[in-house]
Amino acid sequence: MSEYTKPLPKPSPTSRPFWDAAKRHQLMLQRCGACGQFIYYPRDRCPNCFADELKWQRASGLGKVYSYTVVHRASSRHFMEPYILAIVELDEGPKMTTNIVADPRAVHVDMPVAVYFDDVTPDRTLVKFKAA
Amino acid sequence: MSIKAKAAAIGIGELKPLKEPGDNTALGLMAKVTAEAIADAGLEKKDIDGFLVGVPFADPGFIYPASAAEVLGLHLKMLNQVDIGGASPAGMIWRAAAAIDAGMCNAVLCLVADLNRRGDQRPPTVSVMREFEAPYGNIGANCGYAMIAHRHMFEYSTKPEQMAKVAVDQRTNALKNPLATFNDKPLTISDVLNSRMIVDPLHIFEIVSPVSGGAAVIVASPEVAKRAKHPPVWLLGAGEYCNHSSITYAPSLTESPIKIAADSAFKMAGLKPKDMQLVCPYDCYTITVIVTLEDAGFCKKGQGGPFVAEHDLTYKGDFPCNTHGGQLSFGQPGLAGGMSHVTEMIRQLMGRGGERQVKNASLGYVNGNGGIMSEQVGLVMERRS
Ligand SMILES: [Zn+2]
Repeated sequence: MSEYTKPLPKPSPTSRPFWDAAKRHQLMLQRCGACGQFIYYPRDRCPNCFADELKWQRASGLGKVYSYTVVHRASSRHFMEPYILAIVELDEGPKMTTNIVADPRAVHVDMPVAVYFDDVTPDRTLVKFKAA
Repeated sequence: MSIKAKAAAIGIGELKPLKEPGDNTALGLMAKVTAEAIADAGLEKKDIDGFLVGVPFADPGFIYPASAAEVLGLHLKMLNQVDIGGASPAGMIWRAAAAIDAGMCNAVLCLVADLNRRGDQRPPTVSVMREFEAPYGNIGANCGYAMIAHRHMFEYSTKPEQMAKVAVDQRTNALKNPLATFNDKPLTISDVLNSRMIVDPLHIFEIVSPVSGGAAVIVASPEVAKRAKHPPVWLLGAGEYCNHSSITYAPSLTESPIKIAADSAFKMAGLKPKDMQLVCPYDCYTITVIVTLEDAGFCKKGQGGPFVAEHDLTYKGDFPCNTHGGQLSFGQPGLAGGMSHVTEMIRQLMGRGGERQVKNASLGYVNGNGGIMSEQVGLVMERRS
Protein backbone atom coordinates (compact mmCIF):
# COMPACT_ATOMS: atom_id res chain seq x y z
CA MET A 1 0.00 0.00 0.00
CA SER A 2 1.32 3.43 -0.92
CA GLU A 3 1.81 6.04 1.76
CA TYR A 4 -1.24 8.17 2.59
CA THR A 5 -0.36 11.79 1.71
CA LYS A 6 -3.68 13.63 2.06
CA PRO A 7 -4.24 15.93 5.03
CA LEU A 8 -5.20 14.11 8.23
CA PRO A 9 -7.23 15.47 11.11
CA LYS A 10 -5.24 16.39 14.18
CA PRO A 11 -7.70 15.85 17.02
CA SER A 12 -7.98 18.50 19.70
CA PRO A 13 -8.95 17.75 23.29
CA THR A 14 -12.46 18.80 22.25
CA SER A 15 -12.74 16.52 19.23
CA ARG A 16 -10.72 13.50 20.34
CA PRO A 17 -13.80 11.42 21.36
CA PHE A 18 -15.22 11.85 17.84
CA TRP A 19 -12.09 10.57 16.09
CA ASP A 20 -11.52 7.81 18.65
CA ALA A 21 -15.09 6.62 18.02
CA ALA A 22 -14.56 6.75 14.26
CA LYS A 23 -11.59 4.46 14.72
CA ARG A 24 -13.96 2.01 16.46
CA HIS A 25 -16.33 2.50 13.48
CA GLN A 26 -18.88 4.39 15.52
CA LEU A 27 -20.37 7.76 14.59
CA MET A 28 -20.62 9.76 17.80
CA LEU A 29 -22.19 13.22 17.98
CA GLN A 30 -22.49 15.66 20.82
CA ARG A 31 -26.01 16.46 22.00
CA CYS A 32 -26.95 19.45 24.09
CA GLY A 33 -28.72 18.54 27.34
CA ALA A 34 -30.39 21.96 27.47
CA CYS A 35 -31.81 22.50 23.96
CA GLY A 36 -31.63 18.93 22.67
CA GLN A 37 -29.74 19.76 19.47
CA PHE A 38 -27.21 17.37 18.01
CA ILE A 39 -23.93 19.13 17.24
CA TYR A 40 -21.32 18.68 14.54
CA TYR A 41 -18.36 19.40 14.59
CA PRO A 42 -17.45 18.95 18.25
CA ARG A 43 -17.63 22.04 20.45
CA ASP A 44 -16.89 23.04 24.02
CA ARG A 45 -20.30 24.61 24.41
CA CYS A 46 -23.56 24.29 22.51
CA PRO A 47 -23.33 26.78 19.60
CA ASN A 48 -27.14 26.99 19.59
CA CYS A 49 -28.08 27.87 23.20
CA PHE A 50 -24.54 28.16 24.62
CA ALA A 51 -25.31 25.82 27.51
CA ASP A 52 -22.41 23.84 28.92
CA GLU A 53 -24.25 20.49 28.75
CA LEU A 54 -22.85 18.64 25.74
CA LYS A 55 -22.85 14.83 26.00
CA TRP A 56 -21.67 12.27 23.45
CA GLN A 57 -24.30 10.04 21.87
CA ARG A 58 -24.12 7.42 19.14
CA ALA A 59 -25.76 8.52 15.89
CA SER A 60 -27.69 6.40 13.40
CA GLY A 61 -25.13 6.93 10.65
CA LEU A 62 -27.96 7.61 8.21
CA GLY A 63 -28.59 10.75 6.25
CA LYS A 64 -29.10 12.35 2.85
CA VAL A 65 -26.82 14.13 0.40
CA TYR A 66 -27.65 17.81 0.92
CA SER A 67 -25.33 18.82 -1.91
CA TYR A 68 -22.18 17.55 -3.58
CA THR A 69 -19.59 18.18 -6.23
CA VAL A 70 -17.44 15.90 -8.30
CA VAL A 71 -14.01 17.48 -8.04
CA HIS A 72 -12.29 16.95 -11.37
CA ARG A 73 -9.43 19.28 -10.61
CA ALA A 74 -8.66 19.97 -6.97
CA SER A 75 -7.03 23.06 -5.53
CA SER A 76 -4.55 20.81 -3.71
CA ARG A 77 -1.89 18.55 -5.18
CA HIS A 78 -2.83 15.96 -2.56
CA PHE A 79 -6.12 15.27 -4.32
CA MET A 80 -5.26 14.30 -7.86
CA GLU A 81 -7.97 11.84 -8.83
CA PRO A 82 -11.60 12.93 -9.16
CA TYR A 83 -13.51 12.57 -5.89
CA ILE A 84 -16.96 13.33 -4.56
CA LEU A 85 -17.08 16.02 -1.91
CA ALA A 86 -20.45 16.32 -0.23
CA ILE A 87 -22.47 17.84 2.54
CA VAL A 88 -24.48 15.10 4.21
CA GLU A 89 -27.44 16.04 6.36
CA LEU A 90 -27.63 13.46 9.13
CA ASP A 91 -30.98 12.12 10.29
CA GLU A 92 -30.13 13.67 13.68
CA GLY A 93 -29.96 17.13 12.05
CA PRO A 94 -26.35 18.28 11.74
CA LYS A 95 -24.60 18.60 8.40
CA MET A 96 -21.15 17.15 7.77
CA THR A 97 -18.49 17.82 5.15
CA THR A 98 -17.56 14.37 3.85
CA ASN A 99 -16.89 12.20 0.83
CA ILE A 100 -19.35 9.91 -0.90
CA VAL A 101 -17.74 6.64 -1.92
CA ALA A 102 -19.62 5.89 -5.14
CA ASP A 103 -19.59 6.16 -8.89
CA PRO A 104 -19.82 9.94 -9.52
CA ARG A 105 -22.58 9.35 -12.07
CA ALA A 106 -24.78 7.75 -9.41
CA VAL A 107 -24.67 10.61 -6.88
CA HIS A 108 -27.48 13.13 -6.63
CA VAL A 109 -28.89 15.67 -4.19
CA ASP A 110 -31.27 14.03 -1.68
CA MET A 111 -29.68 10.58 -2.16
CA PRO A 112 -30.03 8.46 1.01
CA VAL A 113 -26.64 7.51 2.42
CA ALA A 114 -25.17 5.49 5.28
CA VAL A 115 -21.92 6.04 7.11
CA TYR A 116 -18.77 4.28 5.86
CA PHE A 117 -15.62 4.29 7.95
CA ASP A 118 -12.49 4.64 5.85
CA ASP A 119 -9.41 3.49 7.79
CA VAL A 120 -7.01 5.69 5.83
CA THR A 121 -4.04 5.03 8.15
CA PRO A 122 -3.53 2.65 11.08
CA ASP A 123 -4.22 5.59 13.43
CA ARG A 124 -6.90 7.53 11.64
CA THR A 125 -10.35 6.75 10.27
CA LEU A 126 -12.30 9.25 8.17
CA VAL A 127 -16.08 9.36 8.30
CA LYS A 128 -17.41 8.95 4.77
CA PHE A 129 -20.71 7.80 3.30
CA LYS A 130 -22.04 5.29 0.75
CA ALA A 131 -25.44 4.84 -0.86
CA ALA A 132 -27.85 3.49 1.77
CA MET B 1 -27.29 56.95 14.14
CA SER B 2 -26.18 56.27 10.63
CA ILE B 3 -23.22 56.87 8.35
CA LYS B 4 -25.49 57.89 5.48
CA ALA B 5 -23.70 60.46 3.30
CA LYS B 6 -21.09 61.14 5.98
CA ALA B 7 -18.14 60.35 3.70
CA ALA B 8 -17.40 59.99 0.01
CA ALA B 9 -15.04 58.06 -2.23
CA ILE B 10 -12.97 60.72 -4.01
CA GLY B 11 -10.12 58.85 -5.69
CA ILE B 12 -9.26 55.44 -7.08
CA GLY B 13 -6.18 53.60 -8.22
CA GLU B 14 -6.21 50.27 -10.00
CA LEU B 15 -3.40 48.35 -11.67
CA LYS B 16 -3.87 46.26 -14.76
CA PRO B 17 -3.54 42.72 -13.41
CA LEU B 18 -0.41 40.80 -14.33
CA LYS B 19 -0.58 37.14 -15.30
CA GLU B 20 2.97 36.67 -14.03
CA PRO B 21 4.17 38.51 -10.91
CA GLY B 22 7.66 39.11 -12.35
CA ASP B 23 9.92 41.08 -10.01
CA ASN B 24 7.03 42.85 -8.31
CA THR B 25 6.52 42.79 -4.56
CA ALA B 26 3.19 43.23 -2.81
CA LEU B 27 4.48 46.34 -1.04
CA GLY B 28 5.75 47.68 -4.36
CA LEU B 29 2.32 47.29 -5.94
CA MET B 30 0.81 48.96 -2.87
CA ALA B 31 3.08 51.97 -3.29
CA LYS B 32 2.31 52.25 -6.99
CA VAL B 33 -1.47 52.09 -6.63
CA THR B 34 -1.44 54.38 -3.58
CA ALA B 35 0.35 57.07 -5.61
CA GLU B 36 -2.25 56.64 -8.34
CA ALA B 37 -5.19 56.98 -5.93
CA ILE B 38 -3.79 60.04 -4.13
CA ALA B 39 -3.19 61.80 -7.46
CA ASP B 40 -6.64 60.79 -8.67
CA ALA B 41 -8.21 62.34 -5.58
CA GLY B 42 -6.22 65.54 -6.04
CA LEU B 43 -4.66 65.16 -2.58
CA GLU B 44 -1.11 64.91 -1.27
CA LYS B 45 0.23 61.98 0.69
CA LYS B 46 0.30 64.05 3.87
CA ASP B 47 -3.49 64.43 3.62
CA ILE B 48 -3.95 60.70 4.26
CA ASP B 49 -4.58 60.21 7.98
CA GLY B 50 -6.45 56.90 7.99
CA PHE B 51 -5.37 53.53 6.60
CA LEU B 52 -7.21 50.25 6.09
CA VAL B 53 -5.22 47.48 4.46
CA GLY B 54 -5.63 43.84 3.48
CA VAL B 55 -2.78 41.50 4.32
CA PRO B 56 -1.39 40.02 1.10
CA PHE B 57 -1.04 36.25 0.92
CA ALA B 58 2.29 36.77 -0.85
CA ASP B 59 3.76 38.67 2.11
CA PRO B 60 1.77 37.78 5.21
CA GLY B 61 2.51 38.92 8.72
CA PHE B 62 1.07 40.11 11.98
CA ILE B 63 0.90 43.80 12.91
CA TYR B 64 0.78 44.46 9.22
CA PRO B 65 -0.77 47.95 8.91
CA ALA B 66 2.04 49.80 10.71
CA SER B 67 4.69 48.03 8.64
CA ALA B 68 2.97 48.82 5.36
CA ALA B 69 2.35 52.41 6.51
CA GLU B 70 6.04 52.83 7.34
CA VAL B 71 7.03 51.59 3.89
CA LEU B 72 4.59 54.07 2.33
CA GLY B 73 5.63 56.88 4.67
CA LEU B 74 2.19 57.43 6.15
CA HIS B 75 1.55 59.02 9.54
CA LEU B 76 -1.86 57.96 10.73
CA LYS B 77 -4.64 58.74 13.17
CA MET B 78 -6.41 55.45 12.43
CA LEU B 79 -5.01 52.23 11.02
CA ASN B 80 -6.18 48.63 10.85
CA GLN B 81 -6.27 45.49 8.80
CA VAL B 82 -9.57 44.27 7.42
CA ASP B 83 -9.74 40.48 7.27
CA ILE B 84 -13.16 39.46 5.95
CA GLY B 85 -12.00 37.66 2.83
CA GLY B 86 -13.24 38.95 -0.49
CA ALA B 87 -15.60 41.30 1.36
CA SER B 88 -12.62 43.15 2.86
CA PRO B 89 -12.51 45.95 0.24
CA ALA B 90 -16.24 46.72 0.50
CA GLY B 91 -15.92 46.36 4.27
CA MET B 92 -13.12 48.94 4.26
CA ILE B 93 -15.34 51.56 2.63
CA TRP B 94 -17.93 51.68 5.41
CA ARG B 95 -15.30 51.29 8.13
CA ALA B 96 -13.52 54.29 6.65
CA ALA B 97 -16.76 56.27 6.59
CA ALA B 98 -17.50 55.28 10.19
CA ALA B 99 -14.04 56.37 11.36
CA ILE B 100 -14.45 59.69 9.54
CA ASP B 101 -17.94 60.20 10.98
CA ALA B 102 -16.54 59.47 14.44
CA GLY B 103 -14.06 62.30 13.96
CA MET B 104 -11.01 60.03 14.08
CA CYS B 105 -9.60 61.01 10.68
CA ASN B 106 -10.41 62.83 7.43
CA ALA B 107 -8.98 60.88 4.50
CA VAL B 108 -8.70 57.09 4.60
CA LEU B 109 -6.60 55.05 2.19
CA CYS B 110 -8.26 51.66 1.57
CA LEU B 111 -5.56 49.47 0.07
CA VAL B 112 -5.22 45.94 -1.27
CA ALA B 113 -2.57 44.32 -3.46
CA ASP B 114 -1.24 40.83 -3.92
CA LEU B 115 0.90 38.57 -6.05
CA ASN B 116 -0.29 35.31 -7.51
CA ARG B 117 2.16 32.57 -6.76
CA ARG B 118 1.37 29.39 -8.61
CA GLY B 119 1.37 26.12 -6.76
CA ASP B 120 -0.55 24.43 -4.05
CA GLN B 121 -3.57 26.11 -2.56
CA ARG B 122 -2.74 27.58 0.78
CA PRO B 123 -3.87 25.25 3.56
CA PRO B 124 -6.86 26.38 5.60
CA THR B 125 -5.52 28.45 8.45
CA VAL B 126 -8.05 27.78 11.19
CA SER B 127 -7.78 24.56 13.20
CA VAL B 128 -11.39 23.44 12.70
CA MET B 129 -11.06 23.88 8.92
CA ARG B 130 -7.87 21.83 8.92
CA GLU B 131 -9.55 19.16 11.00
CA PHE B 132 -13.02 18.77 9.51
CA GLU B 133 -12.73 20.10 5.94
CA ALA B 134 -9.25 19.51 4.52
CA PRO B 135 -9.11 15.70 5.11
CA TYR B 136 -12.12 15.33 2.79
CA GLY B 137 -10.64 17.60 0.14
CA ASN B 138 -12.68 20.70 0.93
CA ILE B 139 -9.70 22.94 0.23
CA GLY B 140 -9.98 26.33 -1.45
CA ALA B 141 -13.25 27.93 -2.45
CA ASN B 142 -14.20 26.02 -5.60
CA CYS B 143 -15.88 23.05 -3.92
CA GLY B 144 -18.15 25.12 -1.70
CA TYR B 145 -19.51 27.16 -4.60
CA ALA B 146 -20.00 24.02 -6.68
CA MET B 147 -22.11 22.58 -3.86
CA ILE B 148 -24.11 25.83 -3.68
CA ALA B 149 -24.68 25.56 -7.43
CA HIS B 150 -25.89 21.95 -7.23
CA ARG B 151 -28.25 22.73 -4.40
CA HIS B 152 -29.56 25.81 -6.26
CA MET B 153 -30.15 23.65 -9.34
CA PHE B 154 -31.99 21.10 -7.16
CA GLU B 155 -34.19 23.60 -5.32
CA TYR B 156 -34.92 26.04 -8.15
CA SER B 157 -34.19 24.17 -11.40
CA THR B 158 -31.41 26.65 -12.21
CA LYS B 159 -29.77 25.73 -15.52
CA PRO B 160 -26.06 25.57 -16.45
CA GLU B 161 -26.72 27.85 -19.42
CA GLN B 162 -28.24 30.47 -17.08
CA MET B 163 -25.12 30.43 -14.93
CA ALA B 164 -22.95 30.62 -18.05
CA LYS B 165 -24.83 33.75 -19.21
CA VAL B 166 -23.26 35.70 -16.32
CA ALA B 167 -19.75 34.98 -17.62
CA VAL B 168 -20.81 35.78 -21.20
CA ASP B 169 -22.34 39.21 -20.47
CA GLN B 170 -19.52 40.17 -18.15
CA ARG B 171 -17.04 39.29 -20.89
CA THR B 172 -18.88 41.65 -23.23
CA ASN B 173 -18.30 44.35 -20.60
CA ALA B 174 -14.62 43.43 -20.27
CA LEU B 175 -14.07 43.96 -24.00
CA LYS B 176 -14.44 47.69 -23.24
CA ASN B 177 -12.17 47.61 -20.18
CA PRO B 178 -8.49 48.06 -21.03
CA LEU B 179 -7.55 46.98 -17.49
CA ALA B 180 -9.31 43.59 -17.72
CA THR B 181 -7.16 40.45 -17.99
CA PHE B 182 -9.54 38.75 -20.44
CA ASN B 183 -10.64 41.46 -22.87
CA ASP B 184 -9.50 40.16 -26.25
CA LYS B 185 -12.43 38.05 -27.40
CA PRO B 186 -16.10 37.53 -26.60
CA LEU B 187 -17.47 34.41 -24.92
CA THR B 188 -20.56 32.42 -25.86
CA ILE B 189 -22.71 30.24 -23.64
CA SER B 190 -21.46 27.16 -25.49
CA ASP B 191 -17.84 28.30 -24.99
CA VAL B 192 -18.52 28.31 -21.26
CA LEU B 193 -20.40 25.01 -21.17
CA ASN B 194 -17.78 23.31 -23.34
CA SER B 195 -14.88 24.59 -21.26
CA ARG B 196 -13.13 22.23 -18.86
CA MET B 197 -15.21 20.99 -15.93
CA ILE B 198 -13.31 21.82 -12.75
CA VAL B 199 -15.77 21.21 -9.91
CA ASP B 200 -19.06 19.85 -11.21
CA PRO B 201 -21.20 21.81 -12.22
CA LEU B 202 -18.73 24.72 -12.57
CA HIS B 203 -16.57 25.07 -15.69
CA ILE B 204 -13.26 26.87 -15.87
CA PHE B 205 -14.86 29.98 -17.47
CA GLU B 206 -17.17 30.24 -14.44
CA ILE B 207 -14.28 30.43 -11.99
CA VAL B 208 -12.00 33.41 -11.30
CA SER B 209 -8.39 33.33 -12.43
CA PRO B 210 -5.78 34.37 -9.88
CA VAL B 211 -3.52 37.18 -11.11
CA SER B 212 -1.29 39.83 -9.50
CA GLY B 213 -2.30 43.44 -8.96
CA GLY B 214 -3.61 46.05 -6.61
CA ALA B 215 -6.28 48.68 -6.03
CA ALA B 216 -6.86 51.61 -3.72
CA VAL B 217 -9.76 53.89 -2.86
CA ILE B 218 -9.62 57.11 -0.88
CA VAL B 219 -12.61 57.81 1.34
CA ALA B 220 -12.83 61.37 2.62
CA SER B 221 -14.81 63.65 4.89
CA PRO B 222 -17.23 66.15 3.30
CA GLU B 223 -14.67 68.90 3.93
CA VAL B 224 -11.84 67.09 2.16
CA ALA B 225 -14.25 65.98 -0.58
CA LYS B 226 -14.77 69.66 -1.50
CA ARG B 227 -11.15 69.77 -2.69
CA ALA B 228 -11.41 66.60 -4.78
CA LYS B 229 -10.59 66.57 -8.47
CA HIS B 230 -13.56 64.39 -9.44
CA PRO B 231 -17.21 64.40 -8.30
CA PRO B 232 -17.39 62.68 -4.89
CA VAL B 233 -19.29 59.39 -4.71
CA TRP B 234 -21.14 59.28 -1.40
CA LEU B 235 -21.71 56.24 0.72
CA LEU B 236 -25.47 56.30 1.36
CA GLY B 237 -25.90 52.94 3.01
CA ALA B 238 -23.91 50.01 4.28
CA GLY B 239 -24.66 46.64 5.83
CA GLU B 240 -22.66 43.63 6.88
CA TYR B 241 -23.55 40.10 7.95
CA CYS B 242 -21.88 36.75 8.49
CA ASN B 243 -23.37 33.53 9.84
CA HIS B 244 -20.86 30.81 8.92
CA SER B 245 -17.36 30.10 7.72
CA SER B 246 -17.57 26.66 6.04
CA ILE B 247 -20.66 26.52 3.84
CA THR B 248 -21.49 23.13 5.39
CA TYR B 249 -22.52 24.86 8.61
CA ALA B 250 -24.42 27.72 6.99
CA PRO B 251 -28.13 27.80 7.82
CA SER B 252 -28.83 27.43 4.09
CA LEU B 253 -26.77 26.81 0.97
CA THR B 254 -29.01 28.90 -1.23
CA GLU B 255 -30.13 31.72 1.07
CA SER B 256 -27.03 33.66 1.99
CA PRO B 257 -26.19 36.27 4.62
CA ILE B 258 -26.38 38.79 1.76
CA LYS B 259 -30.06 39.34 2.52
CA ILE B 260 -29.37 40.97 5.89
CA ALA B 261 -26.31 42.91 4.64
CA ALA B 262 -28.17 44.25 1.61
CA ASP B 263 -31.40 45.01 3.49
CA SER B 264 -29.38 47.00 6.05
CA ALA B 265 -27.61 48.95 3.30
CA PHE B 266 -30.83 49.80 1.45
CA LYS B 267 -32.59 50.71 4.69
CA MET B 268 -29.81 53.12 5.69
CA ALA B 269 -29.89 54.67 2.22
CA GLY B 270 -33.70 54.88 2.24
CA LEU B 271 -33.73 53.28 -1.18
CA LYS B 272 -34.78 50.04 -2.86
CA PRO B 273 -32.96 47.68 -5.21
CA LYS B 274 -35.08 48.94 -8.11
CA ASP B 275 -33.66 52.45 -7.58
CA MET B 276 -30.17 51.25 -8.56
CA GLN B 277 -28.85 51.95 -12.06
CA LEU B 278 -25.77 49.76 -11.71
CA VAL B 279 -24.99 46.66 -9.68
CA CYS B 280 -21.50 45.34 -8.97
CA PRO B 281 -21.84 42.02 -7.15
CA TYR B 282 -18.76 40.07 -6.10
CA ASP B 283 -18.35 37.34 -8.69
CA CYS B 284 -15.85 34.68 -7.75
CA TYR B 285 -18.10 32.24 -9.65
CA THR B 286 -21.14 32.59 -11.89
CA ILE B 287 -23.44 31.13 -9.22
CA THR B 288 -22.32 33.83 -6.78
CA VAL B 289 -23.90 36.53 -8.96
CA ILE B 290 -27.18 34.62 -9.23
CA VAL B 291 -27.48 34.10 -5.47
CA THR B 292 -26.45 37.72 -4.81
CA LEU B 293 -29.07 39.20 -7.16
CA GLU B 294 -31.73 37.11 -5.40
CA ASP B 295 -30.69 37.80 -1.82
CA ALA B 296 -30.00 41.51 -2.39
CA GLY B 297 -33.56 41.81 -3.69
CA PHE B 298 -33.05 42.41 -7.41
CA CYS B 299 -35.23 39.39 -8.21
CA LYS B 300 -37.27 36.81 -6.30
CA LYS B 301 -35.57 33.95 -4.45
CA GLY B 302 -34.90 31.15 -6.88
CA GLN B 303 -35.44 33.35 -9.94
CA GLY B 304 -31.80 34.38 -10.37
CA GLY B 305 -31.26 31.91 -13.20
CA PRO B 306 -34.16 33.10 -15.39
CA PHE B 307 -33.38 36.72 -14.36
CA VAL B 308 -29.83 36.71 -15.74
CA ALA B 309 -30.99 34.81 -18.82
CA GLU B 310 -33.75 37.34 -19.58
CA HIS B 311 -31.83 40.54 -18.82
CA ASP B 312 -28.90 42.10 -20.64
CA LEU B 313 -26.20 42.51 -17.99
CA THR B 314 -23.93 44.57 -20.21
CA TYR B 315 -23.15 48.27 -19.85
CA LYS B 316 -25.67 49.02 -22.60
CA GLY B 317 -28.27 46.59 -21.31
CA ASP B 318 -31.42 46.84 -19.22
CA PHE B 319 -29.61 45.63 -16.07
CA PRO B 320 -25.98 46.81 -16.10
CA CYS B 321 -23.97 44.48 -13.88
CA ASN B 322 -20.21 44.30 -13.30
CA THR B 323 -19.51 46.65 -16.18
CA HIS B 324 -15.75 46.16 -15.71
CA GLY B 325 -16.15 42.51 -16.62
CA GLY B 326 -16.38 41.29 -13.06
CA GLN B 327 -13.55 39.34 -11.56
CA LEU B 328 -14.40 36.56 -14.00
CA SER B 329 -12.96 38.66 -16.83
CA PHE B 330 -10.94 41.25 -14.87
CA GLY B 331 -9.00 38.58 -12.97
CA GLN B 332 -8.61 38.17 -9.22
CA PRO B 333 -5.47 39.87 -7.89
CA GLY B 334 -6.02 38.57 -4.35
CA LEU B 335 -8.18 40.96 -2.32
CA ALA B 336 -7.91 43.54 -5.11
CA GLY B 337 -10.39 41.36 -7.02
CA GLY B 338 -13.03 42.43 -4.52
CA MET B 339 -11.96 46.06 -4.81
CA SER B 340 -12.63 45.94 -8.57
CA HIS B 341 -16.39 46.08 -7.90
CA VAL B 342 -15.89 49.16 -5.71
CA THR B 343 -13.57 50.97 -8.13
CA GLU B 344 -15.90 50.27 -11.05
CA MET B 345 -18.88 51.64 -9.15
CA ILE B 346 -16.96 54.80 -8.27
CA ARG B 347 -15.67 55.19 -11.82
CA GLN B 348 -19.13 54.79 -13.33
CA LEU B 349 -20.85 57.10 -10.85
CA MET B 350 -18.14 59.73 -11.43
CA GLY B 351 -18.95 59.45 -15.14
CA ARG B 352 -15.52 58.05 -16.00
CA GLY B 353 -16.70 54.75 -17.51
CA GLY B 354 -15.34 55.59 -20.95
CA GLU B 355 -16.67 53.36 -23.71
CA ARG B 356 -18.60 51.30 -21.17
CA GLN B 357 -20.19 54.26 -19.34
CA VAL B 358 -23.69 53.44 -18.13
CA LYS B 359 -25.96 56.32 -19.16
CA ASN B 360 -27.33 58.45 -16.33
CA ALA B 361 -25.89 56.24 -13.60
CA SER B 362 -26.06 58.08 -10.30
CA LEU B 363 -26.98 55.27 -7.87
CA GLY B 364 -25.50 51.82 -7.53
CA TYR B 365 -25.15 48.78 -5.28
CA VAL B 366 -21.89 46.96 -4.55
CA ASN B 367 -21.80 43.56 -2.87
CA GLY B 368 -18.65 42.27 -1.23
CA ASN B 369 -18.47 38.54 -0.50
CA GLY B 370 -15.93 36.65 1.56
CA GLY B 371 -15.17 32.96 1.88
CA ILE B 372 -17.95 30.63 0.79
CA MET B 373 -20.85 33.11 0.80
CA SER B 374 -19.69 33.87 4.32
CA GLU B 375 -18.80 37.49 5.14
CA GLN B 376 -21.15 39.86 3.27
CA VAL B 377 -21.00 43.62 2.80
CA GLY B 378 -23.57 45.71 0.93
CA LEU B 379 -22.89 49.31 -0.13
CA VAL B 380 -25.26 51.83 -1.71
CA MET B 381 -23.34 54.64 -3.40
CA GLU B 382 -24.46 57.86 -5.05
CA ARG B 383 -23.10 60.69 -7.10
CA ARG B 384 -25.04 63.79 -6.14
CA SER B 385 -25.39 66.29 -8.93
ZN1 LIG C 1 -28.04 23.85 23.32
